[in-house]
Amino acid sequence: MTTEQAYDTVDMMLNMGPQHPATHGVFRMVLTVDGERVVDVTPHIGYLHRGSEKLAENESYGQVITLFDRLDYVSNLNNELIFCRAAERLMGIDPPERGQYIRVVLAELNRLASHLLFIGTYAIDLGAMTPIMYGFRERERIQNMFESVTGARMMHNFIRIGGVKEDVPPDFVPRVRALADDVERGVEEVDRLLTFNEVFLARTRGIGVIDVPTALSCGLTGPGLRASGVAYDVRKDYPYEVYPYLSYKVPVGENGDCWDRYYMRVLECYESLSMVRQCLDQMEEGPVMAQMRRIARPPKGEVYVHGENPRGDIGVFLVSDGTDKPYRVKVRPPSFCNLVALRPMMRDAYIADAVAILGSLDIVLGEVDR
Amino acid sequence: MRSKPVQLAIAAVLLVGVGVLVAVFTIALALLGEPADEVTLLTVGKIVIALFALLTLITTLGISLVWLERKQLGRMQGRVGPTRVGPFGLLQVVADGIKLLMKEDVAPGSSSRAIFYVAPLLVFVPSFVVWLTIPIGQDLVVRSLDLGVFFFIAVSVLSIVGLILAGWSSNSKYAILGGFRSAAQLVSYEIPLILGVLSVVMVADSMRFTDVVDAQATVPYIALLPLAFAVFFISGLAEVGRTPFDIYFAESEVVGGPFVEYSGAHWAIFFLAEYVNTFVVAALGALLFLGGWVWPFGEVGQVPAVAIFLGKTYFLAVVIFWVRATLPRLRIDQLMNVGWKLLIPLGFASVILIAVQRFYDWPEWTLTVMSLVAIGAAAWVQLRLQRRDVVATAERYAQRAVAVQPSRRRPGPENQQA
Repeated sequence: MTTEQAYDTVDMMLNMGPQHPATHGVFRMVLTVDGERVVDVTPHIGYLHRGSEKLAENESYGQVITLFDRLDYVSNLNNELIFCRAAERLMGIDPPERGQYIRVVLAELNRLASHLLFIGTYAIDLGAMTPIMYGFRERERIQNMFESVTGARMMHNFIRIGGVKEDVPPDFVPRVRALADDVERGVEEVDRLLTFNEVFLARTRGIGVIDVPTALSCGLTGPGLRASGVAYDVRKDYPYEVYPYLSYKVPVGENGDCWDRYYMRVLECYESLSMVRQCLDQMEEGPVMAQMRRIARPPKGEVYVHGENPRGDIGVFLVSDGTDKPYRVKVRPPSFCNLVALRPMMRDAYIADAVAILGSLDIVLGEVDR
Repeated sequence: MRSKPVQLAIAAVLLVGVGVLVAVFTIALALLGEPADEVTLLTVGKIVIALFALLTLITTLGISLVWLERKQLGRMQGRVGPTRVGPFGLLQVVADGIKLLMKEDVAPGSSSRAIFYVAPLLVFVPSFVVWLTIPIGQDLVVRSLDLGVFFFIAVSVLSIVGLILAGWSSNSKYAILGGFRSAAQLVSYEIPLILGVLSVVMVADSMRFTDVVDAQATVPYIALLPLAFAVFFISGLAEVGRTPFDIYFAESEVVGGPFVEYSGAHWAIFFLAEYVNTFVVAALGALLFLGGWVWPFGEVGQVPAVAIFLGKTYFLAVVIFWVRATLPRLRIDQLMNVGWKLLIPLGFASVILIAVQRFYDWPEWTLTVMSLVAIGAAAWVQLRLQRRDVVATAERYAQRAVAVQPSRRRPGPENQQA
């Protein structure tokens, strides 16, 4: 026996999660590591499975909205919006314009809140403590605004089939304007502190690179795909609600690395703020709810509707059998599909990079497992 | 809530308490006197008293840093930090300590018990023992060794053993990863730290701490040796595992590293050791580079001297916490790059510059100039390149963004009616 055989080494299996501070919930990564190098990664999901899709088959259409609140629990309003749009498409209802504006303002504010949370937690993953405090401070302002509009901080159930539950408070417009100014200052503060920080660049640039063909074949969407250089945004390519009335920019990255995925979200924060302001300018008085029956009963048929969530392209496939309960609700959750790209990104990563890469995907387990 | 005067009174009592500790320490030192030729029960007793006073003092100063850090980080992050326990949350640390001591002390079933329980002590004892020769005032030192600086370095390295043993004996994968990381990190950063200290020793011509401080009576060494200070301070951060070098116990990667399986009192010892180590690095920086208890405006008495020294030490501690509030964490290979490719060459440059200056007997100010030129060149290249890159990147991304114009005209009132 030669010496080399006598001192043969084996790779170590490192079980990261489901109770690990960097897996953002109950996600489990089984890493095979060679020293500090990651050789292979196997994601395990399902720790937060609640059977939302099956539950939806036993609830009336109005009640399914509450289930959608709990999918991606940091962008609830965007989720509500996508299900309501699916049901409306099936019923052939067009919500009144003011209702649509309110929906878009809330959805964009929600996107801001979600991205602010991402920036904070991503900084924590990389060891910077301060940005999460700044991010949460701004997110808290937005949550307070939601509370005053919808009555709830997270599980709003505010966007309804045919419009929104009720009109916004009378001081909504000036308050949101002030809020947008405050939040913009906060985003700029985090941006200055973190984005071009030397250590942050070293940790994220060139890490977790994914090229366009791989990204497309993995079904990556949202900021993750745009970071690779594909200008795909459902709001731009398949406009819905009042997005066609707005002018905005879709940020596009060039390398598809972790830094790009982070920076896309920072830039989108500014775009969301601009969209909110435009909506406030264009909003007019009017009804917020379409004239329809109290209990939604879409005609027999099926429909697929998708929209841009903070995490990517969310889709709902809705089948109706003509009763007041959906026959089938299938969700295409962006977090789940983005997770497919985890493995190609992990090529030649260090353990510390594994955390950075997973963080840059910004998954929400409530949506991955449903 | 207690009223303001009561709170201030409690704070004053705490401050007086620290003063009393220093006084007790002084008295204990006076009792100790010169080293006796033969060991009697009396000498042993005196030594025990002095060490006990030292332990209490150092522990108090160490945990005062915990409060300072939490308060400072809170202020920097738009929070207020602890406020509920005692005035300004001063007693929060005490409450946390009591909580930790009362918690169950769990060891994993598969751990090597003996090593597992000894490892915290192996980390804590060196960080305490170095205080044998670190003075907190002109005569306030247990033993002013001729090789004080050497003793400090020789002893402080030992805590690595404790970290590796803690990681290994826990029989946990995160712990062993953390243990390996700590070994790699602490061993490599020991070298630039020594080079930084060596620069001071070369200029001061002594390894005795009191001599080094006396030599700075006119100009503190930070003015003479900014390069050595930079090398010393950065590698000091790495030595005690402060951000951006908190790699071996990174919560988001190895979940506490060597400490992951510890709980209760043993974890508290690690925690205490971490802060005492931070205090040691800050104190060392104050002694070697900021002039210790020396005051630029002439001689001062014993009490103000201690206050000046503690003030400088706390100032450095505040800088360490400030860095923590600002920077993310480096990766282990980047850490090695910074250590071996940047800090060690700079450290050697510092030593060589001083050697040249000493050999040719150039005036002292040439040291500052040479040192600043070395730092300036490195910083200028770095900042210049980075600045250019930042501006270019931000512009490029702004241009790459795809602008979307309103594709539909918003229907005006007349259109809506139609």
